[in-house]
Amino acid sequence: MDLTLHVWRQKGPKNNGKLETYPAKGISPDMSFLEMLDEVNEGLIKNGKLPIVFDHDCREGICGMCSQTINGRAHGGQERTTVCQLHMRSFQHGDEIFIEPWRARAFPVVSDLIVDRSSLDTIMQAGGYTSCHTGGVPDGNAHPIGKPVADYAMDAAECIGCGACVAGCPNSSAMLFTSAKVAQLAVQPQGKIEAKARVINMTDALQAEGFGNCTNHLECEASCPKGISIKFIAKLNREYIKTIAG
Amino acid sequence: MILDGKTPTGPIEKTWDKHRFDMKLVNPSNKRKFKVLVVGTGLAGGAAAASLGELGYNVEAFCYQDSARRAHSIAAQGGINAAKNYPNDGDSIYRLFYDTIKGGDFRAREADVWRLSQVSNNIIDQCVAQGVPFARDYAGYLDNRSFGGAQVSRTFFARGQTGQQLLLGAYSALSRQVKAGTVKMRERTEMLDLVVVDGVAKGITCRDMVTGEIQSYWGDAVILATGGYVNVFYLSTNAMGCSVTAAWKAAKKGAFMANPCYTQIHPTCIPQTGDHQSKLTLMSESLRNDGRCWIPKKKEDCEKTPGDVAEEDRDYYLERKYPSFGNLAPRDIASRAAKEQCDDERGVGPGKRGVYLDYATAIERVGEHTIKERYGNLFEMYEKITDENAYKRPMRIYPAPHYSMGGLWVDYNLMSNIPGLFVLGEANFSVHGANRLGASALMQGLADGYFVIPYTIAGYLATVTPGTVTDEHPAFKESKEQVQTQIDTLLNIKGKKTVSELHRALGKVMWEDVGMARSESSLKHALQRIPEIRDEFWNNVNVTGSGNELNQQLENAGRLADFLEFGEILATDALHREESCGGHFRTEHQTEDGEATRDDENFAYVGAWEFKGNDKAPELHKEPLKFENIKLAVRSYK
Repeated sequence: MDLTLHVWRQKGPKNNGKLETYPAKGISPDMSFLEMLDEVNEGLIKNGKLPIVFDHDCREGICGMCSQTINGRAHGGQERTTVCQLHMRSFQHGDEIFIEPWRARAFPVVSDLIVDRSSLDTIMQAGGYTSCHTGGVPDGNAHPIGKPVADYAMDAAECIGCGACVAGCPNSSAMLFTSAKVAQLAVQPQGKIEAKARVINMTDALQAEGFGNCTNHLECEASCPKGISIKFIAKLNREYIKTIAG
Repeated sequence: MILDGKTPTGPIEKTWDKHRFDMKLVNPSNKRKFKVLVVGTGLAGGAAAASLGELGYNVEAFCYQDSARRAHSIAAQGGINAAKNYPNDGDSIYRLFYDTIKGGDFRAREADVWRLSQVSNNIIDQCVAQGVPFARDYAGYLDNRSFGGAQVSRTFFARGQTGQQLLLGAYSALSRQVKAGTVKMRERTEMLDLVVVDGVAKGITCRDMVTGEIQSYWGDAVILATGGYVNVFYLSTNAMGCSVTAAWKAAKKGAFMANPCYTQIHPTCIPQTGDHQSKLTLMSESLRNDGRCWIPKKKEDCEKTPGDVAEEDRDYYLERKYPSFGNLAPRDIASRAAKEQCDDERGVGPGKRGVYLDYATAIERVGEHTIKERYGNLFEMYEKITDENAYKRPMRIYPAPHYSMGGLWVDYNLMSNIPGLFVLGEANFSVHGANRLGASALMQGLADGYFVIPYTIAGYLATVTPGTVTDEHPAFKESKEQVQTQIDTLLNIKGKKTVSELHRALGKVMWEDVGMARSESSLKHALQRIPEIRDEFWNNVNVTGSGNELNQQLENAGRLADFLEFGEILATDALHREESCGGHFRTEHQTEDGEATRDDENFAYVGAWEFKGNDKAPELHKEPLKFENIKLAVRSYK
């Protein structure tokens, strides 16, 4: 199939960016979206132009590195799918495709489709852990955890930290990202002990990093390639209220 | 030179405990004076940086990704082994030790494997304490599944994302140390040289991948935890950024590369669809717990819809050939069996390079719901890539390069032959021998990072005075200049071929001549072709852009330049090893029914290569392997 791409090109954080148009010809439906971009890049290089730069690594939907807004939707809008797992069979011959980086104040553009997501690391550093030491911990079976609780924690822990929730949110809020970690740890005995300090420290960091507030648009859940549920935001709010109420 | 692995002597059960007592310690108040550089933040590097930071060392950690949470350990699906014996099915530290030595086809050091088995149990406890949501049963206890090469259920798992959960555990511990100020984290930073002063590792030179700045960092010790090298095959299950670069730069500074020919070809990957393909996707080996591998008995059935092939016309070849292990035969054996069937022109799918992995029997037995609970995310991933529903139609799978058992040579302390340079995880060669068993990579990465290096690095640091060599030393300036020169050279070739065209050309040679089956003639062909492609690269590659900006073509070109040198060592090692063992299969050395023939009399050693330059043959150093606890035996899974 033949397609027309409109791609955000921006040399660096201080430069202005703009959409450039490129043809993508003879694309196979079995290609992934990134393989389609690889092919376009090969063409650009052969024509003496600079290839489009984009973040990607595992190309199997788990590392969270790939991050593109396609036709206005984070990761292209296909349910539970990262850009790298999006395949060209979901497009049609003649389609025009708009490709942009994540848009959020807390994610400044580095170059073309690459943004700086270190603000998410900062949130994690504020409390996304249990303060256990290496070694000197009890046997793994010392604290039984009911299967429903373990499953709930796992549902939250599936977050790949890609930032699609932020890109999808009209407020550029990172509540879904933050809440997934808060919830995962709060329900398990190992994480409960520090739950109060964690929820305060992580939400404080979220605000300090320039993310917006959550006003229940639910776009985060719709954008999330792992289908993380907004019920975890409710959980974060409960944890927060419990903490400030004493 | 005969290498000394410095393994402790005495009864194997006591080796690690005795060694821990014998090693020197660093006084708590002195630890902060030592600076340790950790390159790579996967399971091994992340765990090491977090643990060393917590102990009080001054740690700087480096990764090429934009966050420490993204290393390719994250993609491991199936699980992590430990000798907990929770299922009461006869497991023990000794059995895990035995299975790993045997699974590795008797090409690993006994003491290293014993230690791995011993600390495996601590890893599970550690991860649980971090809040890793392992699968649990209804009583709340940790659940286990079976994996290839073992007859006990010792694999702990977190759905199909065990690697992700363990890595996020290590990342959380690392984040805690970053916050505490004990670890300085440098993301989007790629190591491009090892700085060696008077024969001792004292630092690294890196490129800031955003600004292009070349910067050196000094340390009293350098830890490489930079993963494996199977992207030398171009198509593999590794992430796009995985490379041999850090390890190879160390090799060029004198570190020995051990057993590079031991590469693992994973049996359950999604087959290739065309030339546009940029990587292959692995489907967890755990799928073989319930899936049955088959191909049509008759060539004319290969084009049929699988459901139309009658039961009696199907060849469940693993169950036929290996009745006691069946579909859970180890990886090397299962991969070669799939290749044999396809070489016999009975493969299925595009290009006839595929075999079926069928769930119909399991769905009938336990129901679709249970299968979905066990493997749901894998079936989903399969459908995204192939557009096929594996609940209704068998999956198609084919082997793909996946893991490197070989790597930089290290002694029992995980220190390379360059003092001060430690190598952890997949980047070293130590415990998997010639073949790694499933769910053992995660175990090794975390064992090395949490429970081995914190002890063994102290034994080294206690013998050096901290901060004696810093980046003021002229060796650092020299290293920076070397790195800059290579970058300038690459940018000025301005040839006609793109980096990926040349990487594909190398990959084709490596896969066809040095892949699942190797022969003297194929290896000699590879050894002729690799230097030709390397010459073409240095004369005709087109690297666009400049050095002082984010430039992915330049990054890839640098990595390919190293693969083009390393590939030759890999093929040289494969040619010299005149036997078949584990992942290394020489067609000249097999039994009549196609099983690998090992030669213990002549090859029961670690082959460690010293690079002497592209125009000179590398020098082989040997470390003899002694098997005092497990009797050398033919590895049979029949």
